[in-house]
Amino acid sequence: MSTITRIVSAALAVLALGTSAASATDVTFYYPIAVGGPITKIVDGYATEFNKSHPDITVKPVYTGSYQDSVVKAMTAAKAGNAPDVAVLLSTDMFTLIDNDLIEPVDAIATSDADKAWIKSFYPAFMENSQSGGHTWGIPFQRSTIVQYWNKEAFKSAGLDPEKAPKTWDEMVAFGTKLTKRDAAGQVTQWGIEIPSSGFPYWLFQAITTQNGAILANQDGTKVAYSDPKVVEAAQFFADLSQKYGVMPKGIIDWGTTPKDFFEGKTAIMWTTTGNLTNVRSNAKFAFGVAAMPSKVRGGSPTGGGNIYIFKNTDKAKQAAALEFARFLTTPEKAADWGIATGYVATRPDAWQTDMMKKYTVEFPPAVVARDQLKDAVAELSTHDNQRVTKALNDALQAVLTGTDKPKPALDRAQAEATRILKSYQH
Amino acid sequence: MRLNFHAQGWLLALPAVVLLATFTHVPAVSTLIDSFYATPRGREVAHFVGLEQYRTMLADPIFWRALQNNFLYALITIPVSIGIALAMALWVNGRIRGRAVLRLAFFTPTILPMVAAANIWLFFYTPDYGLLNQIIRVFGNSSVNWLGSPASALPALMMVTIWKEAGFFMIFFLAALQQVPPDLYEAARMENAGRWQIFYRITWPLVMPTTLFVAINALINAFRVVDQVIAMTGGGPNNATMLLLFYIYQVAFNFWDSGYAAALSTVLLLALAIVALAQFFLVDRKIHYR
Repeated sequence: MSTITRIVSAALAVLALGTSAASATDVTFYYPIAVGGPITKIVDGYATEFNKSHPDITVKPVYTGSYQDSVVKAMTAAKAGNAPDVAVLLSTDMFTLIDNDLIEPVDAIATSDADKAWIKSFYPAFMENSQSGGHTWGIPFQRSTIVQYWNKEAFKSAGLDPEKAPKTWDEMVAFGTKLTKRDAAGQVTQWGIEIPSSGFPYWLFQAITTQNGAILANQDGTKVAYSDPKVVEAAQFFADLSQKYGVMPKGIIDWGTTPKDFFEGKTAIMWTTTGNLTNVRSNAKFAFGVAAMPSKVRGGSPTGGGNIYIFKNTDKAKQAAALEFARFLTTPEKAADWGIATGYVATRPDAWQTDMMKKYTVEFPPAVVARDQLKDAVAELSTHDNQRVTKALNDALQAVLTGTDKPKPALDRAQAEATRILKSYQH
Repeated sequence: MRLNFHAQGWLLALPAVVLLATFTHVPAVSTLIDSFYATPRGREVAHFVGLEQYRTMLADPIFWRALQNNFLYALITIPVSIGIALAMALWVNGRIRGRAVLRLAFFTPTILPMVAAANIWLFFYTPDYGLLNQIIRVFGNSSVNWLGSPASALPALMMVTIWKEAGFFMIFFLAALQQVPPDLYEAARMENAGRWQIFYRITWPLVMPTTLFVAINALINAFRVVDQVIAMTGGGPNNATMLLLFYIYQVAFNFWDSGYAAALSTVLLLALAIVALAQFFLVDRKIHYR
C-alpha cells in the first residue's frame, strides 16, 4: 500500500516537474566563432547568467562552427522545420535570410518604447548592414572594421617615424618602398605591406574602393557598381602595390597566415580585422601600432562581422524570449565586456562610457582606433544572392592580383555577371 | 522450395539493400528529379523547368573550368601515383635491410586524414618561410607563392594527392607482387633475362589486374577531391583550383541554389557511373587473369 502511494506520488511529482519545465520557454541560440580565445566559455557564461535572471526562459547556446558552417546549419535546420530561435550570423547574410523567409524583422516584435530606443542605440555604421526596406532585420553583436597594424621596430630601422602609420596612398607606397628589405642576392626578406586576398578579397578591397570614393552596392542590395571607374582605379592600385611598386608579395596573400607573417617580421604593415587585436597583442614580440585606414579622397573601411537574427516562429512566446535574450546580449555592459574579451568593436556609444571600458581603453589605447574609424565606415558589400554576387568580384580581383587579367575587363565581366544574377530582384 | 530459397537470399541481403537504397539510390534518384526543377525561393514551391538547369550549366564557365581541372587532375595524378606506388612496392618487396620501417614510412601518408595532410602541405607551401621555399632560397632562387598563383596552385594540390595515394596503392602492389610465383623469376634468371626484361615480361603483366583496380579507384578519387580544396585554396585563385565536387558544395551551401546543385551532382554521378561501367564491361575482359 505504502509502496504504491510512494510510486504514485513520485510519478505525480515527475509529471508536475515535466509540465513546469515545458511551460518555461526554450530558446535555441546558434553562434559561430571567428576569432581566437575561449569564446564558447564566454558565451555559455552569458547564457547561464541570462537563465538565472530569467527563470521562465531557458536559452540553449549551440556552437555551430565558422560563420559559413553556422549559416549552413541554420538554413538546413530551418528547411527541416527546426530553425534556431535566435542566431548570430554574418551581417551580410541578411538578404539571403530575408529571401528565404526565415527571419522576423526585429521592429515587428520590439514594439515598446524601450524596445524602439534600444534599436536606435547602436552606431549608425553598424545599422547600415542591418536594415533594408524600412525594417531592422539584425542587431549588431560582433562587429569589426579593417585596421592597419604596423611594426614600430621595422619602421625605426627603415628610418621612419615609428609612431606614424601611412595616412595616404602615397605614403603607403613611399613607406612601403623604404620598408621592403632585400638580401645580398636581391631576395626580399621583409615586405612593406600585406593586404590579404584569399577567400574574401572583396572585403579588404572594399576599404580601397571606399577610400577612392566609390560605393559598391545600393542599400536595397539590388545593384552593384563593380565597373565604376573609381573601382577600376582602386583595383589597379591594389595590383600595383605588388606588380609596379614591389612593396607587397605577388600573387594571392593568405588571410590566415598574414598575422603570422607580421609576427615573423615578414611584413612591416598588415591590414586585417580589428577582431585580431587580442591575437596581435598576445603574439607580437615587438612594439606595434594600430591605425585607421589610409585615405585617398577619404578615409574608410567596410564594417564586418555578425548580427543577431530572430527567426520566424508561430510561437510568439519564443520570439519574445529570443528578443529578451538579444536585448540582454547587447546591453552597454555586455557590449563592453564582449568587446574587451574579443577585440570586436563594442556596438553602441554608451558601452564606451562604462567604467570597465574606460579602464580598458586607458590601459590599451589601440582599442579605440576601430571605434573612431566608424565615422568613415560604410556597409559591407551585401546584396541579394550575396555569395554569388560577391564571388564574381572575388574572382575578378584574384585575376587582377595574379596578373591574369587587367582591372577594366575583369571588373566589366564581374559587373555583367552580377547584373545578370540581380536582374530577378529588381522590381 | 525454390521460392523459399530466393526469399531466404533476399532476406539475407535485406539489411544491405535497405541501407544502400536509403542512403544511395533514393538520394541519387531524387537528385535527378530535383535537377528538373527551379530552386524555390522562400516558402514558394519548386516548379518544373525541364532542362533549364542543364542549359545554365552549358553556359557556365566555372562549370567547364571545374570539369577541365578534374580531367587534368586525373590525367596527371593517376599515372604518377601508380608509377611511384609500383616503384616503392618493388623496392620494399626486395630483401633489404630495414624493410619493415621503409614500408611503414611509405604507408604513413595514407594513415593521415586528408585535412591533416593538407595542413602539413600548407606549411610546406607557405611563401617565404615554408619548407619548400626555404629550400629554394638556399639555392638563391626567389620564394614561390605556390598556392597563390594560378599556374602552380592546381599542381600543388595534385602533389598532395600523389603523396597520399602512392603509399596506399603501394600496399596493393605489394600484395600483388607476393602473388607472383617465384619459379617464373627463377626460370627467367636461368634464361639469362635482364632485370628490365623480367619486369616487362613477368611482373608487369601479372600485376595488371591490380594496376587496373588501382587505376579505377584513382579515377573515381580524382572526381571526388574536395578536402584539400577546402583546406588549402577554397577554389582560388580565380577558380584555378575549382573542382567539380567543391563547386557543387559551393552552389548548394553558399549560393543555396539546390536545383542547379542537383544538376551538377547528376553530371558527376553520371561521370562516375561511366567509369564504373567501363570497369565492369570493357576492360575486365582484356586483362590477363590466371
